[in-house]
Amino acid sequence: MEYILIIISAIFINNVVLAQFLGVCPFLGVSNKVNTAVGMTGAVTFVMVLATVVTYLIQVYVLQKLGIAFMQTITYILVIASLVQMVEIILKKISQPLYQALGIFLPLITTNCAVLGVAILVIKKNFSLAGSVVYSAATAIGFGLALLLLAGIREQLELMDVPRGMKGVPVSLVVAGILALAFMGFTGIVK
Amino acid sequence: MNQLQNFTKGFIRENPILVLVLGACPTLATTTSAINGLGMGIATTFVLICSNVVISLLSNLIPDKVRIPAFIVVIASFVTIVDLVMQAYVPDLYQTLGIFIPLIVVNCIVLGRAEAFASKNSVLSSFIDGAGMGLGFTLALGLLGAFREIAGSGAILGYKFIKGDGILVFVLAPGAFIALGYMIALVSKIRKTSK
Repeated sequence: MEYILIIISAIFINNVVLAQFLGVCPFLGVSNKVNTAVGMTGAVTFVMVLATVVTYLIQVYVLQKLGIAFMQTITYILVIASLVQMVEIILKKISQPLYQALGIFLPLITTNCAVLGVAILVIKKNFSLAGSVVYSAATAIGFGLALLLLAGIREQLELMDVPRGMKGVPVSLVVAGILALAFMGFTGIVK
Repeated sequence: MNQLQNFTKGFIRENPILVLVLGACPTLATTTSAINGLGMGIATTFVLICSNVVISLLSNLIPDKVRIPAFIVVIASFVTIVDLVMQAYVPDLYQTLGIFIPLIVVNCIVLGRAEAFASKNSVLSSFIDGAGMGLGFTLALGLLGAFREIAGSGAILGYKFIKGDGILVFVLAPGAFIALGYMIALVSKIRKTSK
């Protein structure tokens, strides 16, 4: 039951992009087409879950054990950056189709604040390891949902007569605002 | 390049948020009031100036292949310093900004300036570039924060000037997206007409 609450809350109520403002850069950057949005979602899900597990273990078994928890930021960002590199190399060796689908998105993920954000949040929220896995996967799904919604709307917006000054980023931000408004309707489902 | 131009380019012409749209996450999340926006802006400016100076000092020592990880370590060290200092001296602001203080490390502006400017220019120009870009960022955050505070709660810098609530949506998440969208559109309009 606890995990179901975490999932619903992470996807709908505290949506990572629309309510917590993490990962807005890729949200605006790769939401031009539905296809790229799907690829990005896949890559983010993969890296986010992996990074959360690895950083969680490092936090508990290295940083806290040695009493150097203040090194959190430096350690996490290095771990995530090298993890992304490693995933890229491994994918290239073992699965060419998967690499071609996700490959170009992987380098972008290092600077995706949602990955580092979730890794820090699970420590702040005192989740267990299983809870962290569930939370990070649900957050990634929430990210994908928001990204796909915006990509679908932006594909339609291309055909619309948007005022010249509003084209591109401004109108996407306003659309994202309206999406966020819609997601606020979920508030209160889970107490 | 003229040093004055170098300093002022971050204000409007190459404003990191309003023109380049870098670092949108902290911009949206921390501008619920003018004070929060300014606090975030100043913290980022500090990291930006320090990392720019150090990276420009070290740029000849860092091998080209590992430059990005090296830059990240430099930036992360300064972010840790800011994090600890704010925790000690401004605990309230630290609580409000929360997770976005450690997240300065993945702010595209900081790494972007390190890669595009500090690694190729002298220490002085890098310092000025960092200060200018940081101030431009702070300015945009302060303006957005002030607007959201005035519209959303009818107050400015904590002083209320209307009774009751404002348009609450501007303090909440949707208002952040919408306000930033119109602000970017406005700035691009101003830039076009001033040319």
